Amino acid sequence: MPGAPLLEMRGICKRFSGVVALDNVSLSIGQGEVVALCGENGAGKSTLMKILGGVHQPDAGEILADGRPTKIPNVSDAMRLGVAFIHQELNVLGNLDVAGNVFLGREPRNALGLVNSKKIHADAEPFVRRLGLDVSTRTRLDKLSIAQQQMVEIAKALSLNARLIIMDEPTSSLTLAETTRLLGLVCELSNQGVSVIYISHRLGEIEQCADRVVVLRDGKNAGELGPDEATHDKVVGLMIGREIKNYYVHSDAPKTPGFFKVRNITTPLYPRKTISFDAARGEILGFAGLVGAGRSEMAKVIAGMDRCPGKEIILDGKAISIATPRDAIEQGIYLVPEDRRAEGLIVEMSVRENVSLPSLRNFSRFGLISRKRERDAAQRQVDSLRIKTPTVEARVRNLSGGNQQKVVLGKWLTMDPRVMIFDEPTRGIDIGARAEIYRLMRDLAARGAVILVISSDMEEILNISDRIAVMHEGEITGALDRADCAEQNVMQLAVGKKIPAAQPAFKE
Amino acid sequence: MKKELGIFILLVILCAVTGFENPRFFSRVNLVDTANLIGLFGIFSIGAGIVIITSGIDLSVGSMIALNGMLSVIALTQWHLPWPVAVLFALAVPMVLGLAHGVLITKIKMQPFIVTLCGLLIYRGVARFISNDMTRGFGDAEGFPTLQQWASGTLWGVPMPFVYLIIISVIMWLVLHRSVYGRYLFAVGRNEESARFSGVNTKLVVGSAYVLAGLLTGISGILFAFYTNDVSPSTQGNFYELYGIAAAVLGGCSLRGGEGSILGILIGVTLLQVLENLVNLLGIPSSLNFAVMGGVVLVGVLADELIQNARRKK
Repeated sequence: MPGAPLLEMRGICKRFSGVVALDNVSLSIGQGEVVALCGENGAGKSTLMKILGGVHQPDAGEILADGRPTKIPNVSDAMRLGVAFIHQELNVLGNLDVAGNVFLGREPRNALGLVNSKKIHADAEPFVRRLGLDVSTRTRLDKLSIAQQQMVEIAKALSLNARLIIMDEPTSSLTLAETTRLLGLVCELSNQGVSVIYISHRLGEIEQCADRVVVLRDGKNAGELGPDEATHDKVVGLMIGREIKNYYVHSDAPKTPGFFKVRNITTPLYPRKTISFDAARGEILGFAGLVGAGRSEMAKVIAGMDRCPGKEIILDGKAISIATPRDAIEQGIYLVPEDRRAEGLIVEMSVRENVSLPSLRNFSRFGLISRKRERDAAQRQVDSLRIKTPTVEARVRNLSGGNQQKVVLGKWLTMDPRVMIFDEPTRGIDIGARAEIYRLMRDLAARGAVILVISSDMEEILNISDRIAVMHEGEITGALDRADCAEQNVMQLAVGKKIPAAQPAFKE
Repeated sequence: MKKELGIFILLVILCAVTGFENPRFFSRVNLVDTANLIGLFGIFSIGAGIVIITSGIDLSVGSMIALNGMLSVIALTQWHLPWPVAVLFALAVPMVLGLAHGVLITKIKMQPFIVTLCGLLIYRGVARFISNDMTRGFGDAEGFPTLQQWASGTLWGVPMPFVYLIIISVIMWLVLHRSVYGRYLFAVGRNEESARFSGVNTKLVVGSAYVLAGLLTGISGILFAFYTNDVSPSTQGNFYELYGIAAAVLGGCSLRGGEGSILGILIGVTLLQVLENLVNLLGIPSSLNFAVMGGVVLVGVLADELIQNARRKK
């Protein structure tokens, strides 16, 4: 490649309220080059790309465009530099047609100041053809498939004279044939001199299309691989790369295998795949996998939040039917949801009112609440979970993240959990509160509950689980016994590869 | 409580000023008359408030009062139903309509504004149609003097509508502020998703709020019919839905849902009635009636918003 690279980032650092997201990260992209950007959840890929897109400003480091230092203070400056973003969640308007989307905000006008319909379609046509998209520019976007809508976004990027297109997990909702076409298109764009940064968890795709693989880990450069060296194992090796401290607490509590059986859950994104597993009483079963593998969706089905008619759930030898959250709660199946502010709590209400909400009938007679019993119950949870709040009457919105999460736990601990599902239980929570939550899970398991933990934090899942079920695209690719719970094994299964250590997640 | 206190102070000041300017404000006749109106308007305003607490809205109140009044007249003077049966009928109809609103809003997921706006138009039309668009009345209540006495008489000098309002307020205070159901209403209004995760049957809670509002509107409708004695299908209850919403909002209900109290709604209703009274007694042109009401609601809510913002900044 002659001359300076198209874009170069040097020594980029970025912190978010004290937490280091990027630490001295460098990345360069030559003209027409396809660079794959890999890393685990939270490795800093999105932050780095948002800096390139003008969304965030780096705390330190410099950005060079065509060898000249430059700044990207906002999104429109990124556009001017020729950087375009194709997000995982598409950014198109379903109620406008193809041409309207391509030229959104830049519509050609006629003498009356109205949209020049003839010109907009004529202008859009060549971009659409260039991508091999076989639809009229007058088709409304909501009539197109996801893959076609994505093409329209790429057409829009090209119409903005994009020289670098960043694609964030572009194939996550595409079919196999559509994926192949997209990969073909990436190569074609590269031949036409357009550079691409390709973010994906799917290492197979990366092997196919990337000229170079850049791996990030914990906000740092973990290494780069050329096209010939970028094998599956090497990329995974770089993604992990670190020693994991082991603070797993072994428990001698008696386990009853097959206490909780789940069969044939399907998730909306992968309707043809099913999830089945067994969990023992007294066991902490971890669910690992990449974001979007369907773990939260599975949890919501078990907790009765989402419907899934074909599922079977057997608890303590009895088949139970769960159609509503109330059904699950009555069976002692509780969910600590992923988004605690939107799903777990009513932040405008007090600690007392939040703690008592699912068990309110236990504190009432003839439909009237006994304030005293309710307050006492809330106070007991505040004391035993050591929730830091001035009184039980304080609004939950005023508590810290860790204490809010403890309030969610308190809601369920006023009752008798038989199955407790934790979805990302420690996201945004400080170390101290984390340790308390882990201890609580272990206590609950020891008292005879089934604990299911969904976590994208590798260190966490490896450390707390007695067994790990790894999910990939709507199914469990394998379960790992405690002895086999190594990061390497989890990552392999999470990207859909079979390994010998993997056990089936259930017994017939 | 702080919210109610502010508006209560406003109410006291208005009463004092009006009474000072025109001592007739505190005359027995005027107080009885005002209490009667507070009773009539208060009952349906509580219903409007409950719906607002679930973060919904009921725009059909006024038309429902007209329809309900007309049905009462027809049931009693044309069908000659025994009056207890007629009353049950006149209460069942708005409850069924409330149920229909609830089902459309929770099961079909239509917007409350649209559903009850259609109700507003439809029920007014039906009321005018079944009466051939003619004013009809109870006459001298032949055959149901007891009902007339119960609806528009007095108890120890207190107008019956006010007595009913007190009874209903006590019951609804228990329901809203002390019962499991009431807690669910607030929870659903604040965050329906979290309430659902906690096992609350949110559809049932929201739907039943509209049925409850229907019942309270029905009671108001019968009382209004006996208050006016003649029901004019095109004007009976006009704008009352807005009146109920204004009272609820003035009393501290937030249209975002999850906020409000029975006490606040009662003070809100009283304040609006005192304002109307004040317009009359102070010789303000009655054409300004609505303007005064609107101005006070605006100032009240604005003040509340400013205070809240100031508190948040601290």
